[in-house]
Parts: sequence; structure tokens; C-alpha cells
Amino acid sequence: MRGRSHETVKVAAEIVVPIAIVVVWELWARSADSQFWPPPSKIVQEFNDLWVFEQFRSDVVPSLMRILLGFGIGSAVGVAIGVPLGMSLWARKFAMPQIEYWRAMPPPALLPISVLLLHSIGNLQKVSFIAFFCIFPVLLNTIDGIRGLDPTLVDTARAYGIPAHERIRRIVLPAAFPQISAGMRISLSLAVIIMVVAEYFSSTSGVGYVLLISKNTFQLGPMWAAILLIGVIGYVLNLAYMLAERRMLAWHRGWRAATPQ
Amino acid sequence: MLEISDVAKSYGSGGKVTHALRSISFSIAERELVCVVGPSGCGKTTLLKCIAGLMRPTRGEVVLHGKPVTAPPEEMAVVFQEYNRSLMPWSTVRNNVLLPLRHKKLSKDERTRLVEESLEAVGLTRFIDHYPWQLSGGMQQRVAIARALAYQPLILLMDEPFASVDAQTRGDLEDLVLRVRDEFGITILFVTHDIDESVYLSDRIVVLTHAPTVVKEVVRVELPSPRDQIATKELPEFATQRAYVYRLIKHDTTAPAPSTLVGEGLHD
Repeated sequence: MRGRSHETVKVAAEIVVPIAIVVVWELWARSADSQFWPPPSKIVQEFNDLWVFEQFRSDVVPSLMRILLGFGIGSAVGVAIGVPLGMSLWARKFAMPQIEYWRAMPPPALLPISVLLLHSIGNLQKVSFIAFFCIFPVLLNTIDGIRGLDPTLVDTARAYGIPAHERIRRIVLPAAFPQISAGMRISLSLAVIIMVVAEYFSSTSGVGYVLLISKNTFQLGPMWAAILLIGVIGYVLNLAYMLAERRMLAWHRGWRAATPQ
Repeated sequence: MLEISDVAKSYGSGGKVTHALRSISFSIAERELVCVVGPSGCGKTTLLKCIAGLMRPTRGEVVLHGKPVTAPPEEMAVVFQEYNRSLMPWSTVRNNVLLPLRHKKLSKDERTRLVEESLEAVGLTRFIDHYPWQLSGGMQQRVAIARALAYQPLILLMDEPFASVDAQTRGDLEDLVLRVRDEFGITILFVTHDIDESVYLSDRIVVLTHAPTVVKEVVRVELPSPRDQIATKELPEFATQRAYVYRLIKHDTTAPAPSTLVGEGLHD
């Protein structure tokens, strides 16, 4: 019984702060009556009008597709490059300076060149732009995860003559997966950020595009509704990823709990 | 079946060379159980890695069935000391044992049979679908032994396999090793720092010196088979053998040769 009421208090503590913020904002916005700061109730109204389901298909679906495709492709490329780099010191010597350079590049700086190179401001350009920046967190974590592979496990694989492809599939990748997955979580939130940047600067659809248009036409209700939606997308994607990770890495939690590190 | 001749291993180069193994030679016969003991830091694990083909010796060679070992041979399986690191925590017991069989030319039924039989031999049938970390240390090491047995090696190398389990479990695991040796008819090279363990298990003991290491003496163990944790260890010969090996390692040259002491009390 005590444990249960303790849980209730914990959940309440998590909820009470956001509710308080919204209440204060609502009261303040109503009294201030500023066109730049519509009260949350109005934003929710706009949110309903705009996204449920007026522009859901035309703007939310494209944005989500771009995030997920860019994230998926970027992660796959990051792992594919990270495996040989993690396994070979020489490959790292050649590649790391390039990786460090491109990784430090702020995404908006590459936006013009991506439009020019790909002759497009459509989905191809958006997805490749997002994918490019999603590569790095996954890539670096894959390299680290593989370098941290236990030497005893490497010796075991060698002693039993496990061929290279089996070794990568059954030992190297699973062993590095906890770290790869941490990188993927960073990439996922990065994908949301870059989606907004790409759509804001060069697009004809998407949530970021709606944000730009409503700002430019002084429709501040829809603008706030777009901001609210972007937050919700980021939050829900992260939550979904965490739940998936919990399932995929159940062994890792069990193992860590059972093994003194 | 296994010949180790003049194996030497040194690390580093120039003025900073460390000679781990100076020159090691001995051989192992079919179905023999040979223990390698020596003072700590004498390069036992280095020697085992050279024999397993995991490390190239600086000089000398290891010959298995007439073929020089340059890479891990298919006829050899290894059990390492760190069971919690040589097993894959993301795989069940079944898949851990299956790992070295996947690339062998075997039918699916054959693989399943080998996995189940070897787990039965180590008494872990009930835990086939558990994860290694759900098992005790001794059980995990039994999974590692089952994996080695499923691989169907001619020779099994064991690197201080029971150094990190408690004393009672260790006794059970020692008996397990003796049993599978008879059941599966394999040859075993067992590296240990525990003199009691070496005397209890061995047909012969290879005693090493401090680094740079050479073979100090190869001692034949004259104890009746089958061995028994209580009966064997209370034999006066056990104590004599143990003391003899102990003195060899402690560089005590006054030890009497064991051959003058064995022969009595063996048949009671």
C-alpha cells in the first residue's frame, strides 16, 4: 500500500509542473492580451483546427515521413561505416579527421549546397539532409561500442573459428548495440530539429513550412500550434524509441544488474 | 598428439624486451589430462594462447596431429577463466552453445542434438532457455564447457577455468571435467595455479619456473582412478605428490622424488 501511494506521489510530481506552467501562462496571456502570446486555450483551439485533421495529411505526414526515413537511412549508414572503422585502427586513422570535420558542421551551413546539389527542395533533398546529420551520433557510438568489445569474447570467436560475417552479426553488433542504440536516440531527436530547419528554409509542405508561412503572415495562433506540434512529435518519438529500446535491450539491463561492473 | 617444442615468447623490442617464455617443450598423448602449473606471472596464459593458435610464439612450434598450429585449429576448443565474459549475455544458453556449430557443416537436427547432449552432459538441460547471467558462476562455466564439448574437439584447452568459483563448486566442476574426459574421450590441457587441483586432475603435471619460463619438471601423478574428492585427497600419496609439486614451484631443491614414495597404500 505504501509503495503504491509512493508511486502516485511520484507521478503527480511529474505532472504538476507542466500543469502549473500552462495555468500561469493562460492567466498571464489573458490579462496581457498580447497578439504575440495567445493563451494556451486558444493555441489548443488552433491546434485542433489546423492539425486534427485539416492539414494532417498535407503537412504532418510528410514531416513524419522525412524524419523517420532520414533517421532510418542515417542510422543504417552510420552502423555500416562504423563497423569497419571500429574494427580497424588504420581505417580510423584515415577516416576520423573527415568525420570530426563534417560532424562539427552546423546543419544550416550545408542547406544551400544540399538544395543546389540535389536540384530539389522536395523529399529527396529533405530526407538526405536529415539522414546526413543522423549518421554521426550513430557512427561515433558504433565505433566506440565495437572498440569496447571484450577481448575474451574476441578470443572465444577466434578459438572457435567463427567466420567474419557470423562474428559481426552474432558478436560484434549485439555487443555494441547498447551504445549504438544510445547514438540512435540522439539521432532521432536530431532528425526532428533538422526536419524543422530544412522545412523552414526550403519547402512547400511540412510542419516547418507551416511555421514559416504563419509567422510571415502574422497568423500567430497557427504559428504557436505548429510549435506545439513540433514539441509533441519530438516527445512522442523519443518515448516510442525508449519503449522499443527497453524491449530490445532487456538482456542488457539483466546482465548489468547481475554482473558487478 | 600435441607436441610443444621450444616455444618462446617475448614482448617488445630493442632494449625493452620482456622474455615471457624462454623455452617450453612437452607433449601430450591421446586422452591424457595434463595440467600446467607454475608460480603466478610465469606466463601460463601466454603459453595457452600460443598452443591455441591465438598468439604466435616468437620461436618454436606447436604441432597437433602432425600439423603445425598457426591459427586456432578446428580440433581444439578453449574454455577461458572469465566465464561471464566469454559467454554472450544477449544470447540464451542454447544459442551460446550453438554459436561455434553454426558454421560447421552439420544438419539442423545434428546441431540441435549436439547442443542438447552437451548441455545434458554438464547437467544444464533445464536451463537451456535461460540467459547466462541468470545462472550462478559455476553454472556459467558449465555452459562454457558444454559449448566446448558441442564443438567436438579432440583436445580441450582450459585456462584456469575454476579460478573464480567457490571451493565446493570447484570440486564439482573438477569431477565434471574428469567425467567428460572419459565420456567424450577427449584430451585435456588444463592450466591452473592451484597445486591441489593439478594433482587431483592430472595424469601428468608440467611444472613451470618463474619468467623467463622453462619447464622445471614433468611430474607423473600416480593416483588411482577414478578420482574422488574425499577418498583421493585423503591418500598419503596425494599429500606427497602435492608437497613435491609445491616444493618444485617454491624452488625447493631438497624435495625427494615422488617415485620413492609411491607404491604403498594404493590398493586399499
